[in-house]
Amino acid sequence: MSTTLMRDLPPSSAPEEPSGLAVLRNNMLTRIVFVTLFGLAIMSLTRIVSGKEDLTSAGALGGMMNAAVPILLAGLGGLWSERAGVVNIGLEGQMILGTWFAADFAWKTGNPWMILVGGIVGGLLGGLLHAIATVGFGVDHIVSGVALNILAPGIAKYLAGIYFNSDAGVAAGGGPTQSPKVSTLSTLQWNSFGDWLGKVNGHHWFLISDIAGLLQGLVTSLNWFTIIAILLVPLTWFVLWRTAFGLRLRSVGENPTSAETLGVKVHTMKVCAVLVSGALAGLGGAFLVEYTGIYRENQTAGRGYIGLAAMIFGNWRPGGLLAGSGLFGYTDALQQQTDAPTVHALLLIVAIILVLAGLYAAWRGRRLQAVIAIVAGVLVGVWYATTDSIPAQFATYSPQILTLLVLAVASQRLRMPAADGLPWRRAQ
Amino acid sequence: MRQRLGRLGLNLVAALIALIVAGAITSIVLSITHHSPWSTYKDMWTFGTSGDNIAVAINAATTYYLSAIAVAIGFRMNLFNIGVDGQYQLAALLAAAVGGAVSLPTGIHQILIIVVAMLVGSLWAGLVGVLKVTRGVSEVISSIMLNFVATAIIAFLLQPGKLAHLYGQNLTTRPIGSSGQVGGLSLIHNSQTKVYGLVFLAIAVGIGFQFLISRTRFGFDLRATGRSATAAQASGVNVKRMVVVAMLLSGAIAGLVNMPVLLGEAHNYSLNTPSGIGFTGIAIALLGRNNPVGIAFAALLWGFLDTSSNILQFSNVPTSVVAITEGVILFSAVIAYELVRRYALKRQMRTVGRDLGTATAPTTMEVTA
Repeated sequence: MSTTLMRDLPPSSAPEEPSGLAVLRNNMLTRIVFVTLFGLAIMSLTRIVSGKEDLTSAGALGGMMNAAVPILLAGLGGLWSERAGVVNIGLEGQMILGTWFAADFAWKTGNPWMILVGGIVGGLLGGLLHAIATVGFGVDHIVSGVALNILAPGIAKYLAGIYFNSDAGVAAGGGPTQSPKVSTLSTLQWNSFGDWLGKVNGHHWFLISDIAGLLQGLVTSLNWFTIIAILLVPLTWFVLWRTAFGLRLRSVGENPTSAETLGVKVHTMKVCAVLVSGALAGLGGAFLVEYTGIYRENQTAGRGYIGLAAMIFGNWRPGGLLAGSGLFGYTDALQQQTDAPTVHALLLIVAIILVLAGLYAAWRGRRLQAVIAIVAGVLVGVWYATTDSIPAQFATYSPQILTLLVLAVASQRLRMPAADGLPWRRAQ
Repeated sequence: MRQRLGRLGLNLVAALIALIVAGAITSIVLSITHHSPWSTYKDMWTFGTSGDNIAVAINAATTYYLSAIAVAIGFRMNLFNIGVDGQYQLAALLAAAVGGAVSLPTGIHQILIIVVAMLVGSLWAGLVGVLKVTRGVSEVISSIMLNFVATAIIAFLLQPGKLAHLYGQNLTTRPIGSSGQVGGLSLIHNSQTKVYGLVFLAIAVGIGFQFLISRTRFGFDLRATGRSATAAQASGVNVKRMVVVAMLLSGAIAGLVNMPVLLGEAHNYSLNTPSGIGFTGIAIALLGRNNPVGIAFAALLWGFLDTSSNILQFSNVPTSVVAITEGVILFSAVIAYELVRRYALKRQMRTVGRDLGTATAPTTMEVTA
């Protein structure tokens, strides 16, 4: 199984020339602002048409941030590892180890900051295993990752059965499938500003109220962990794209043999990248513990995979990953916090986006794509108009369904690091 | 032939090393957590080798085996079907619903249920293949996401008024009548528990798999695609078609996974229907080297470990210690197989080099290999 993976099978289309939006493509900050505004405008429109004020309420948008952070951290983990050419499908396992260690460290010390330390330790452990197998022994990356995802829940389950189910653990409310409650970081308080934003949001104006809702959601649910997580995005960008170390790391993911001839220590770089990757995924798990104040079995619920999908969606770039995790996080928050009817309004968003994508394709002269997108958009619109709610069972998995849809639409325009997923051995 | 035997021997050694490593690590884990490894193993062995538990282990191994073969079909052409879990559960639900809704003569009834299961599994897996060849979506991600979607569909359909009715605390489909059941066999001496009749279906699937892979043109194309998609395409194999067909086939076998339980014991699909066998199948396929005989041994080992661990709850050892053992077996096995593969390659190169009289050739070859 060590031969070329076939995931690059369909011919990838050549990178397209910048069009009328060329200015926007050049500056990352402008682009993020533009994408956010565009997304908010669509959501605002949907809110007004559907009358579901929850769509852009501070609750939903604050929830979006909390739901997006674990996905974002897992995605950053994937980004580090894949930029160095190691596919890390073991993110899920590393996250699981992160949740267990985070809860254990925080419970034993009583210090909420130990959640972060525990998460990093657990994630590093998983990263180390993946690094040993893939970089050290040249095992196929996906095989090793899948093995890790089978091993990690076993470890967490056993350790929980021993430590959280001990006499002291049970006395504190723990058990074989959950930890005792752990103390969490407090949110930052900026009350008056938040209240003022809440008032603006209450007016339900087009766009302005939605921006206010977003800001209110941000300021009222921020804690230092969230801030650290978000700051890790520009930090990752800076380290990987603006330092010599980052250049070497990415060169290993593009062409390890050339990198080696230039004196880059390929194995060291890859191991570094996978360890950082594991630590970030572990932090993602730790955030789940921090947010809920408890470790639970199956707490990660596939968020490691969604993080990976968010990274693919973001075209192996930090900015794109941020947008991707925001999108999946928003869907997740909506299904967690509100009732199924609000998720129903997502259908309208999907319909609008499909029609817009269809019009864009038509403008670019791709007729077949345009027709498919518009017809699909209209069908989804009809579905929205003729029903009142999505069955709750489907609402629960809306992030996963959205992931599939997004990848089906977008994945041919993406370009992964050239040597991603290929086991590499030093010339002897 | 001698070389093939040599490679088989090497793989056996690798598997043995993996078992020893797993035993050592499990012992360390048990010792650290203040449990005696020796008495734990002794308890498990005594419990696991009693007649009834052997039958239970064989029954578990039957479903694991089918799952692993489904995974192995994909692996043989470098296609990661992580979605067996969703495929078999969806297939089992719909097959159980169809089987419970109709009443047909014995024989036809069972065949109908099995065919429905294979079709459903096949279609669900085919979706992954189509997404891959038309939209370029990695099968790893899409099959994982489809697992979640399958869970959603099952939760939606398994409701009173749809495909299920409430039976005590449990939601079940309408039971399959006796004409659609497959009786058990008293294969094990001293055992009250019967072995699933469909154990023979699993054996047949294993033989069919081996025949397909090693004796047909399709199997040749499949392995060629797995070795190098580009080379296969260049020599006239329609790789995109192969991807879809392989996924359809893998999904059809995945659809069979729950059939021994459905037709032999449960007779309905309910909240108690086991989940997660798709992932067990991945582990077993990897441990068994995608070879039907190897997979059989791995499946029996897994069945034995799972069954015998049930005794541990009486000695306060968390039964999940077996999950660690299995995980470590898997992890060390994939590493050991990789080392063995490389060693065999080197040895082969050396033999070829010696035969051709160019002793220096192998080293340069290996760098590019």
